[in-house]
Amino acid sequence: MSFSDIPILKAEDRKFKADPTKAPKSDLREELFQLEKEGELEVQRVPDNYMELTTKYGRTKKIPLEKTWHHKSCGQCGHIPGYSASIFWLNRQFGLDYHDPTDQTSCTAWNYYASATSNPEAQAAVAIRNFAAADEVGYFPIIHCGTSFGHYKEVRHALVHQPELRRKVRKIMEKLGKKLIVPEEIVHYSEWVLAMKDKIAERQTVDMSMITATVHPACHYHKLVEEDAIYDSEIYGAQRTAIITGTLQKLGINVGDYSTWYDCCGFGFRHILVSRDFSRSFSVQRKIEVMIEEVNPDVTVTHDTGCVTTLDQSQFAGKAHGKKVGLPVMSDSQIAALAMGAHPYKVLQLHWHNTDNKAFLQKLGFDTDKLWAEFQAEIKEIKDGKKQYMSWEDADR
Amino acid sequence: MMALDLSQNKHSDVSMDEKDRLFDEVKSDERWEHVLYGCYECGICVAACPSARFYDFSPRLIAQAVAREDTDLIYTLMSDSIWDCSQCFSCDRCPRQNSPGQIITIMREVAVKNGLGTAKEALAGYGRIIYKIMLTGTQVSPDMLQPDAFPDWGTHVYEIADNLDDWRRALPPETLHTTETSWVIDDKTIIELYLIWHMTGVMDLIAGVDEGLYDIIVDVMEERLEEAGYDDVTFD
Repeated sequence: MSFSDIPILKAEDRKFKADPTKAPKSDLREELFQLEKEGELEVQRVPDNYMELTTKYGRTKKIPLEKTWHHKSCGQCGHIPGYSASIFWLNRQFGLDYHDPTDQTSCTAWNYYASATSNPEAQAAVAIRNFAAADEVGYFPIIHCGTSFGHYKEVRHALVHQPELRRKVRKIMEKLGKKLIVPEEIVHYSEWVLAMKDKIAERQTVDMSMITATVHPACHYHKLVEEDAIYDSEIYGAQRTAIITGTLQKLGINVGDYSTWYDCCGFGFRHILVSRDFSRSFSVQRKIEVMIEEVNPDVTVTHDTGCVTTLDQSQFAGKAHGKKVGLPVMSDSQIAALAMGAHPYKVLQLHWHNTDNKAFLQKLGFDTDKLWAEFQAEIKEIKDGKKQYMSWEDADR
Repeated sequence: MMALDLSQNKHSDVSMDEKDRLFDEVKSDERWEHVLYGCYECGICVAACPSARFYDFSPRLIAQAVAREDTDLIYTLMSDSIWDCSQCFSCDRCPRQNSPGQIITIMREVAVKNGLGTAKEALAGYGRIIYKIMLTGTQVSPDMLQPDAFPDWGTHVYEIADNLDDWRRALPPETLHTTETSWVIDDKTIIELYLIWHMTGVMDLIAGVDEGLYDIIVDVMEERLEEAGYDDVTFD
């Protein structure tokens, strides 16, 4: 045997492809269907129009493209509402059948992780009440918040493995006149955005090739019940989640890498509300400053309520301390909508964000003064009583 | 950074029996067998932990203490450190599949359930959030964006507060034309949420950590439940 006979696998030629038969964790869906056969619970199937994406250990996950029941986020709708509005706008642009429910509570997990003033039965009952509400109107839950997504995956895992919890929750649901029903897949909206990326790119009207972005993947998306997050061998060699990055690259955006990508945003649940010194410091020093020093991006893009809030709002105090800040923060849904020509103020509602984003918009060719005047004209009509609300038609005018 | 007092003097007034009882309660949680498998002392959890960078806090210390069943130290941690955790679960990187974050979730629940003084301290100032989530079903709402609540978020919060009503009306989704909740929520939905809090013992947890808050929440709930025909619901 000569030296040349020894196969040498160069690092750049090595392609990791996860093998589902070697997954270190069982497929929870098989256990769910088994429990359904035993009459323990009901499983809500993903509706017909779906796309399959690959998860961390190489299994496939069905992502429904329509008939979706939008489990909204209290933090998004409350404080950064253009985040949610952009998700709905995208659905409307593609003419997809979706449901924006009023029979929905938040997952209440922000409070649970912050204060522990709840318990597993209450948390599971809140989740199942929402799932049952979706099933009752014939739509499939799609979760807007990263924490709701992670928490619901944990709830599903607990319901499968804890018979006593199932018994308690079933009893509560009986009293509410509802079924103990669990979705076949727990789906995050950014998975839907990724599944739709080719269609979004086909309708792209704004060139984004001059933009460099950094990406912050949400902890509760890819660290909680990690086997359910989307990975792709073409994105980071399947060593990190493909969420956001896959979408941005499809839109022509250059995604820059930075050393603290795995760090959380600093949200901390209780910290962002009552110990914000931690959130501010961590967010600025471990995320924003590192991104600027190592990449100097035009924008940072993330996919969760807490991440957008913390990374964006913390920069004000950072500026006061002379830190390297001033990096606009947006969600992937806002970037996707912007790429398709959505109005930055009427749809993306960027005036609710803190860090100045005008330079970013102007680099993309937007006339921010004109666009802000258009939004102000809508506000004037509301103030003058000419209209009560701005409609979707107004937003697209 | 405040140093964590690990001397065993701070809580010497609490009996070992009580400390053992609390740890037994932690171990009796159904999740317990899935959160601790042993510890290599590799420190990966600490390296990944955001709170460890800014507080005298260590997920490894917590995993080690519970693995050794050092109830004295566990009580100290339960009275202090656990509230520093960010609950991001970055520590789930553990090569032994431990989840220090989940251990802390359970410890926090036991601390709240038993009305530990430190749990009350940790939750001081948090009452308005509990009030909001329990009564409205959304954790935060647009009208919470007030300069006195978020002074470090800058002048931008003044602008939102000043324009709140008009800006909410200028949101295209019809469900978002709200200021007191993040979206429109049906009365029926709220009633079902109240029944869940009642049936799962969450009301008792609140009474244990903040009696005044409990009284306020019960007043509002009783009225709405009565209106919905639930006259016989009691919160005792």
